[in-house]
Amino acid sequence: MTNASASVKSMTFGEAVLWPLFAVLAFLCLIGAGFAHDTPFAFHASLACVASIAASFVILNRYYDRPAELPPQEINGRPNYSLGPIKFASVAAIFWGIAGFTVGLIIASQLAWPSLNFDLPWTTFGRLRPLHTSAVIFAFGGNVLIATSFYVVQKTCRTRLSGDLAPWFVVLGYNFFIVIAGTGYLLGVTQSKEYAEPEWYADLWLTIVWVTYLLVFLMTLVKRKEPHIFVANWFYLAFIVTIAVLHLGNNPALPVSVFGSKSYIAWGGVQDAMFQWWYGHNAVGFFLTAGFLAIMYYFIPKRAERPIYSYRLSIIHFWALIFLYIWAGPHHLHYTALPDWAQTLGMTFSIMLWMPSWGGMINGLMTLSGAWDKLRTDPVLRMLVVSVAFYGMATFEGPMMSVKVVNSLSHYTDWTIGHVHSGALGWVGFVSFGALYCLVPWLWNRKGLYSLKLVNWHFWISTIGIVLYISAMWVSGILQGLMWRAYTSLGFLEYSFIESVEAMHPFYIIRAAGGALFLIGALIMAFNLWMTVNAGEAEETQAAGLLQPAE
Amino acid sequence: MSLWNRHKIFEKNSIILIAGILAVIAVGGLVEITPLFYLKSTIEVVDGVRPYTPLELTGRNIYVREGCYLCHSQMIRPLRDEVERYGHYSLAAESMYDHPFQWGSKRTGPDLARVGAKYSDDWHVRHLTDPRAIVPQSVMPGYPALAATEVNIDDIAAHLRTSRAVGVPYTDDQIANAKADLLAQADPDNAGIDAFQKRYPKAAVRNFDGKGGNPTELDALVAYLQMLGTLVDFKLYDEKANLR
Repeated sequence: MTNASASVKSMTFGEAVLWPLFAVLAFLCLIGAGFAHDTPFAFHASLACVASIAASFVILNRYYDRPAELPPQEINGRPNYSLGPIKFASVAAIFWGIAGFTVGLIIASQLAWPSLNFDLPWTTFGRLRPLHTSAVIFAFGGNVLIATSFYVVQKTCRTRLSGDLAPWFVVLGYNFFIVIAGTGYLLGVTQSKEYAEPEWYADLWLTIVWVTYLLVFLMTLVKRKEPHIFVANWFYLAFIVTIAVLHLGNNPALPVSVFGSKSYIAWGGVQDAMFQWWYGHNAVGFFLTAGFLAIMYYFIPKRAERPIYSYRLSIIHFWALIFLYIWAGPHHLHYTALPDWAQTLGMTFSIMLWMPSWGGMINGLMTLSGAWDKLRTDPVLRMLVVSVAFYGMATFEGPMMSVKVVNSLSHYTDWTIGHVHSGALGWVGFVSFGALYCLVPWLWNRKGLYSLKLVNWHFWISTIGIVLYISAMWVSGILQGLMWRAYTSLGFLEYSFIESVEAMHPFYIIRAAGGALFLIGALIMAFNLWMTVNAGEAEETQAAGLLQPAE
Repeated sequence: MSLWNRHKIFEKNSIILIAGILAVIAVGGLVEITPLFYLKSTIEVVDGVRPYTPLELTGRNIYVREGCYLCHSQMIRPLRDEVERYGHYSLAAESMYDHPFQWGSKRTGPDLARVGAKYSDDWHVRHLTDPRAIVPQSVMPGYPALAATEVNIDDIAAHLRTSRAVGVPYTDDQIANAKADLLAQADPDNAGIDAFQKRYPKAAVRNFDGKGGNPTELDALVAYLQMLGTLVDFKLYDEKANLR
């Protein structure tokens, strides 16, 4: 490399395009705020205006502050990994996780004690529930996925992340989307499609961010130094590209005015229902499964220091999983006005889906063969492994609930909520915590975590919380289902609806207690990771082992 | 060369890998979704289903805004207990003008697909304001702000026009008179009632919230709830003709 001071400083293409683009965007948002038809739109346009000005300023400022040369791709023959965006996404994941779990605890308590709704428009269950689901799935889960995917793709391709400003744009743009979506829910901005509630302008913004994410990931793969694409990256790629397809398919909408938040969705009635659950179930299949399986395929072998159990199993289960998942959506619409042929297809493929799901579980668990003793000494690995066990449990329960006769009892009840949370808390939650416990010391160059004992506490408190949560929901769900269909000996319905509501009260309290324990566990983690970064021992040099690819 | 070796083409070429993924995920969606747009049996042939009146549409948007669908389904399944508890099972035709659909996925509260005309307006007004004043065991939030908030009547025509653009068959007449119709439906003394009822046959005209003045959000929401499931006359509905 030549002497940096000798080369002439010039703007990169990204800098030259982005700073004026954000300046124009700021101006457009200002106009939007001025002509807004409703308060939430004015609020969001103002937020976007401020954010655009900040973005424009930061890009210009960076240009004047930086040396003429951009960070090199390699230093002394070793890849110069880009870690800044990953650090940001990791911290954001912890923050949003705690926020999302807290809102979950609030709405769980509202169902037990309805006075907690306070009867104010922005604190009712109906507005807080999307805030909870979006915060845990998209804010917590999404930031974990972005952080780990950017880390894993660099390490397993042995190359620096593609793009200079693009990775930052993805991370910051995505979190800005979260802020717009979350504040929108509180203000009553929603298109009412579950897990796709944000309105048209937030959807447009997310599309731009997500396509950039896909490009950064893909271009990093393209310039890899390894001949093979590592298996975790197949899953990340499938997750990113399929979420893009699902987002575009489910969200086409026509705004009433470009200066207002309200829009009408292009699909209606039965077609809208099918599109929604094609999207909704594959948000589970690709966001919460494929993406987190990618985490499993990197972090478990890494932590256990064992190779992945079976390469062939990973090939079969990858293609089978992504092919079958897409079909499963109609099991959310059993016995509805959706035509029977579609329901039957949905049920059939959901049952078949059991096999590739367990293929993934077996591949994850058996990776420990020869290293099972580590479960006793390493609570982080235990967390990762238990997450895979929960994955296996939830992916058995799911196909069972998709059988129409079972579904006639379980649908519309708390059983579904219990099922979702055994997957969300047990699988997605624990695998994310395990990944964060690995990632934070690696990113901040620490030898290890501040305290493994605290990880142990986190593990047990959260596990007890999950068990309380899901068993309470199983009992309440089955009880609800049975009460609704109970007949007296004279052939009359035995219970009025409100009697079933009353019967739920004790289980809703147990559920809230379970959620509180899960939240306490996450707070312990946040403290532990904070201390790891700020009080943990810093290493003098980067450990050589970290620079090797995972295979 | 074994079959396993052939997989290397995906592992060594990111563009082929992404093309493979796209091809594999496209199949299920195409097979399950596309036929719903052209198979005639998807939506039953029934009489009586009409687009929402401007006041009902406004109420529906409040229903969406407050997230009512998170606890109340609007989809009665053809199961004995549901039909006896809620009424005739829901037809696809009954929600064909719904953008978005409101079938829901959870019953923390009861199904609302046929709640229309089951309770009085007064019952709804009190229940929405303070649910536990009427049903002590209820866990529903109260919505006292609805009664105090007037609906925005100025852009209602734009809402109808947008709905028409996505497939709801509003007529030019209905769009041109949207504002007048919105005011008329909540005001029994309004001069435009006859014209309104010509445009929306059998639509109820009442002062839904029991108070005078401009229509409130409570008027709109109660008007919407009171029409739910009432459009199809099941005495005349021929189930056999629509077997799927």
